Amino acid sequence: MANFYKDNDDIQFLFKNMDINNVAGIMEEGFKFAKEFDYAPANAAEAIENYELILDSLGRLSGDFIAPRSEDIDKQGSRLNEDGTVSYADGIKDSLDMLAKANVMGFTLPHRFGGLNFPNLVYSIANEMVSRADASLMNLFGLQGIAETINAFASEEIKQKYLHEFAAGKVTGAMVLTEPDAGSDLQSCKLKAFQDDSGKWYLHGVKRFITNGCGEVLLVLSRSEPDRSGGLGLSLFICDRGPTVHVRRIEDKLGIHGSPTCELFFDNTPCELIGERRRGLAPYVMSLMNGARIGISAQSIGIGEAAFRVARDYAASRKQFGGPIEKLPAVRDMVIDMKLDIEVARALLYETSRVVDYDVGYAKKLEFNPPTDKEQLKAIKEASRRYGRYAGMLTPMTKYYSSEMCNRVAYNAIQILGGSGFMRDYPCERFARDARITTIYEGTSQLQVVAAVRGVCSGTAEKYLQEFAARQYEPQVKDLLDILKQGTELLFKAAAFAKETGVDYMDLYGRGLVDIAISLICGYLFCGQASNKFDMEVDIANGKSNNGQSQTISMKKRKEMIARRYITKNAAMTKSLVDMILSGDRSTFEQYQALAGPVPQEK
Amino acid sequence: MAYNCVVPIKQVPDTKRITGEAMNDDGTVNRGALPAIFNPEDLNALELALAIKDKFGGKVTVITMGLPAASAILRESLYRGADETILITDRRCAASDTLATSYILSCAIKKLEYDIVLCGRQAIDGDTAQVGPQLAEKLGVTQITYVEELISLENRLITAKRNTGNGWQEVKCKLPVLLTVIGEANEPRVAAAKKLMKYKKARTPIEIQMQLKLDNPHAKDDELKELVQTKVKELEEKGLLIKQWDLDHLKADLQWCGRDGSPTKVHRIQSVVLTARDSKTVEPSEQGVADMVHELISDKTIS
Repeated sequence: MANFYKDNDDIQFLFKNMDINNVAGIMEEGFKFAKEFDYAPANAAEAIENYELILDSLGRLSGDFIAPRSEDIDKQGSRLNEDGTVSYADGIKDSLDMLAKANVMGFTLPHRFGGLNFPNLVYSIANEMVSRADASLMNLFGLQGIAETINAFASEEIKQKYLHEFAAGKVTGAMVLTEPDAGSDLQSCKLKAFQDDSGKWYLHGVKRFITNGCGEVLLVLSRSEPDRSGGLGLSLFICDRGPTVHVRRIEDKLGIHGSPTCELFFDNTPCELIGERRRGLAPYVMSLMNGARIGISAQSIGIGEAAFRVARDYAASRKQFGGPIEKLPAVRDMVIDMKLDIEVARALLYETSRVVDYDVGYAKKLEFNPPTDKEQLKAIKEASRRYGRYAGMLTPMTKYYSSEMCNRVAYNAIQILGGSGFMRDYPCERFARDARITTIYEGTSQLQVVAAVRGVCSGTAEKYLQEFAARQYEPQVKDLLDILKQGTELLFKAAAFAKETGVDYMDLYGRGLVDIAISLICGYLFCGQASNKFDMEVDIANGKSNNGQSQTISMKKRKEMIARRYITKNAAMTKSLVDMILSGDRSTFEQYQALAGPVPQEK
Repeated sequence: MAYNCVVPIKQVPDTKRITGEAMNDDGTVNRGALPAIFNPEDLNALELALAIKDKFGGKVTVITMGLPAASAILRESLYRGADETILITDRRCAASDTLATSYILSCAIKKLEYDIVLCGRQAIDGDTAQVGPQLAEKLGVTQITYVEELISLENRLITAKRNTGNGWQEVKCKLPVLLTVIGEANEPRVAAAKKLMKYKKARTPIEIQMQLKLDNPHAKDDELKELVQTKVKELEEKGLLIKQWDLDHLKADLQWCGRDGSPTKVHRIQSVVLTARDSKTVEPSEQGVADMVHELISDKTIS
């Protein structure tokens, strides 16, 4: 009996500490849906009750049903049959069936299509729990952004045709973007879209590395304007996986074995245009990818959490030199760093999800229900722009941080288990294999940094950090706030220098700049968690006092300890990173040939 | 072809979470100390009923006899997909043994249209496995016990696989039928989110009354009655009222109910306290194992 919601103090604490009230109000548009749908909430309290009920139920499904199947899913993998169909691993099939029965395949879709209309914030929590149970299943459960993209940009007719089926879990979808010569650089997509005399659209060409390419509904990025190169020649199409779509192969890969990665050949496949021509890449696919990046961040945290729990247990139970190995300084330091790394990533993900909910909410309000009062309209327009910029900066940050985090944590989990961790008897090697893709797909870490560093150097980060600095905190963290303030000054000194030196220099040191910015944002988030109204008592390590009672600590107190350790340790890192950036070292550009040496040749 | 299913269920103390205070000094179960849960095998029975509904259509009615608190497992049934739920609650049901319970349930089920009655094999608090078979006798329908798989259902003919402990048996019979279902039969589905969001507000009249009394401690009896009536009507209109029946409604013969209808006499209660005392190391050798087996046979642990 495991419940991945109830057994996770941090998730519950953060959930209670975020302004879910406002997020619920935005999502339910003033709770106007309650009249029409008997399950829609009538007020914020009821919405929050609903969120918790469903998270609790999904937490149990993840712990009791999905997680016990993950080992077999990894071993069995997916199979391409002779007739061109693809079979999921049994555990994936059963879990998808269960998720459909649980009504959670339309998590964020509007009520009118049978969805739950839940905010991204709650979806992120759900994604994390499902991924902790089985990372590869998250690739299917977490593909709900496809339906969301249809909802955001397609015609009402297309929405009616597909969205009910998505919400009922009767179909799954795929984002069909990547091609052999168009990976990170999607602008160079070649797959051809053309019209017949009647104006009907067809697709022709090859797509590669398509997650769940065997799904029933495909969103395909393709070149509808043959005479135009670049992004402006691309449009987004939707098609069913009919007889003209051929799965040519499925990839044999390192991890996430339950998620089939397909090569697709479109042989004059009939399709429909989503939205307008030439807007395929920007904004449609960009919006789709932003949602997917938040999903991968949640997936990463799920993997990290799963790996940490095995390592934590092992560190306490494995005895060497007459005691548990967690008594060894190097091991206990590693255990703490892993745990903190996860909590940093989670704080950043939830904050990002909240900001995205605000961003979407303001945009919706402006489009469908703008206030008549001019001042109000101006204020909402300003907020919408501001949140749009925050979301644009935080989304790549959270994707970058969480995915790198879960690789560190999964790697160190193996390290803590030592020889046992290297063996297939323990799940740590699987977590490490599953983790490996997260820094690559939906935009590599390097690309996330390029996207995030623009926010750091353009003033968005400055404004955002100022908002944090202006908030009220408990007096106990006052000294920490001073450190964060000094860090902020250093960051902007370095950012200004990098920007002045040139765009290539900014990208070269982008990672350092983004790392500092994340450490400051998360420093403030921890101070906020240590200062919040809500508190709860949680167990402390192996906490049994002499009388056998379990020992607990206030979560706020614990978060203050975390803030202290995190902020003081990062202050030193910030200084050294800033020194490095201010050095102006351009050897990477100037001495590449000599330093990297020649491309290996047989001699 | 659609089939109507009735699933009698029971709220039981969670005997898996035994703590120090689980038993009273007199050897009876301290129900207050244990969380009350949906009897596990009743969930398997409900799952099978829902699977029949998914495949063939029809209606699933869930029924329980118990205290007002048992409404909780009726709500859980609604979350999973039950169409109708009924609470039988009556002080005169108290102290019913399996015979009286099956009599009362049979009175209730006779009021419903049914093709298949699905019971869990047994409840984890009593472990008797008697109510299902007794109920079948009282309803006068065929029973298939220990069902681990429903093989087919067509033209009002059911074929099921029953577990016989050391093998299995394939049994075929005409409807109506009563099945008792074992844990291996399926994996129960979880709550469906939209139903959970809707039916979290479903209540029985007795719960409404208890809540309103708590909220309005100074209300007079007739005021309270009116408040209850208003609320009951409101929930009924929204489809959120759980039916509640008493023995009068069932026209049950009272001498077959409660203590009077229960011939079971408790002969002796033995409080078994298991504590670890001596331990014995068995050598990991042929001889060691042989000695251990001999010892276990001679003290009749195995025979």
